[in-house]
Amino acid sequence: MSAPNGKAHWSLYLYCLFLLAPLYWLVSMAVKSNRDILGGLELVPGDPTLANFVEVATNPAWYGAFVNSLTYVCLNAALSITVALPTAYAFSRYRFLGDKQLFFWLLTNRMAPPAVFLLPFFQLYSAVGLFDTPLAVALAHCLFTVPLAVWILEGFVSAVPKELDEMAAIDGHSFPFFFFRILIPVIRGGIGVTLFFCFMFSWVELLIARTLTASEAKPIVVAMTRTVSASGLDWGVLAAAGVLTILPGLAVVWFVRRHLAKGFAMGRV
Amino acid sequence: MRANQKAWLAVAPVVLVVAFTAVAPLMTVVNYSVQDIFDVHTRLFVGLDWYRETLRDPRFLEALVRQLGFSALVLALEIPLGIWIARCMPLQGRMTVAFLIILAVPLLIPWNVVGVTWQIFARPDIGLLGAAVTALGVSYNYTSSAFDAWATLVLMDVWHWTSLVALLCFAGLAAIPPAYYQAAALDGASRWQVFRHVELPHLKSVLTIAVLLRLMDSLMIYTEPFVLTGGGPGASTTFLSQYLTSMAVGQFDLGPAAAFSVLYFLLILLLCWLFHASVMKRGDAAA
Repeated sequence: MSAPNGKAHWSLYLYCLFLLAPLYWLVSMAVKSNRDILGGLELVPGDPTLANFVEVATNPAWYGAFVNSLTYVCLNAALSITVALPTAYAFSRYRFLGDKQLFFWLLTNRMAPPAVFLLPFFQLYSAVGLFDTPLAVALAHCLFTVPLAVWILEGFVSAVPKELDEMAAIDGHSFPFFFFRILIPVIRGGIGVTLFFCFMFSWVELLIARTLTASEAKPIVVAMTRTVSASGLDWGVLAAAGVLTILPGLAVVWFVRRHLAKGFAMGRV
Repeated sequence: MRANQKAWLAVAPVVLVVAFTAVAPLMTVVNYSVQDIFDVHTRLFVGLDWYRETLRDPRFLEALVRQLGFSALVLALEIPLGIWIARCMPLQGRMTVAFLIILAVPLLIPWNVVGVTWQIFARPDIGLLGAAVTALGVSYNYTSSAFDAWATLVLMDVWHWTSLVALLCFAGLAAIPPAYYQAAALDGASRWQVFRHVELPHLKSVLTIAVLLRLMDSLMIYTEPFVLTGGGPGASTTFLSQYLTSMAVGQFDLGPAAAFSVLYFLLILLLCWLFHASVMKRGDAAA
């Protein structure tokens, strides 16, 4: 066991190996032809090919699904942050009738299994004409991302001293000026972390996304469940699509890497 | 804190969004659960009949037992392992950022891709893990043996979610002022004593969050087993969400599926509340 501030313990390297091994295997499958994959086991691909990636990048069924997924993930993140920021500020700075109950009730929504919402979601979104649009998935994912966003942002806003609000008022700044020009820049790390968590839910979710889409807005995660062709399962293309779905996650984690540790403390340790 | 009822204006958008995405659907589910619906115009109020039927359904009860067993098992593995990994992390430096990124990667992979990754990794014919285990002389096939299916699912869940516990705990550890460690060193505290009396108390709030998140999320697991085992072999890895989905989407049994949904949600709320209440009670007793 390492002392604080010491070097990483060897078991940590072992654990990272355990985390990376399946991913290495996925990547190695992605650069092999289906014949090579089924032909026999090889630790390092002997005859690497980019054909699987070319297939994903040129077939509209694949890249269209990618665009659909990215659309609803971005919509969801924008929507969640927009509605959650003022609420987080209100929870952090004011006491009002039923505030504690409301906060707790918001969190209980995070505890609802997506499967529970399958029945009503289909009807609800069909009734308002949103079925099979990215907006439907973005809104439905708000069920989980909005409570989480309020929770995380509340922690970050509470970490900002109240004197900042008072100073701004004394300086004669209006509330909107304070909110957008002073507060938001101060908690931008928290906003980045919140985006990370919204992404972490919306990009990875399958059940709700599958229920609310048919053909027009079919997301990548659903496209991947239907790769059985005439010649059986095409493992190479499936693996290539899988590798590509990991890339946006890597980009997001790179973007918030400096705030990661603080973000996981939800701003409140 | 200022008392200010105008704050409700700031909260209103969230309430509206949640009303649309949560309250209306949940009310619909409750509404279905007490009716027998033949078509749009022919409905019959049946009271609690669907609830009674669900609670007597042996497949529901079996899925419930499997679900509770699975959640208990993954929590028992992921929480200690996550704490251990967090303690192995260097507190700052370039390597810390690298470890944080590697740890965060599994959390950002779509859940069905996690399933696909492990499918490819664990298959005895094309998978590294499957081939390695077979080469050791162990008969292993997660599609035909219930034990192997469970072992693979649990291992996959540990792979997928231990990072969340580790990152939360790391954030907690990073916030402990160095003075605590210096004081413990002056007292000649052992590593275990430092952990027990300095680190663990500081981890309490993040560990509460970690256990709550893992508890609720493991109770609603659907996608990974759906991709990896399809609930099989037989029904050996069919958990609550999978059974509910087959009822709701496969068979359109509105009434029973709705009663199931309500019971399912209440179960998760109850377990989370029990855990949270016990943590809070113990905290009060210690204070």
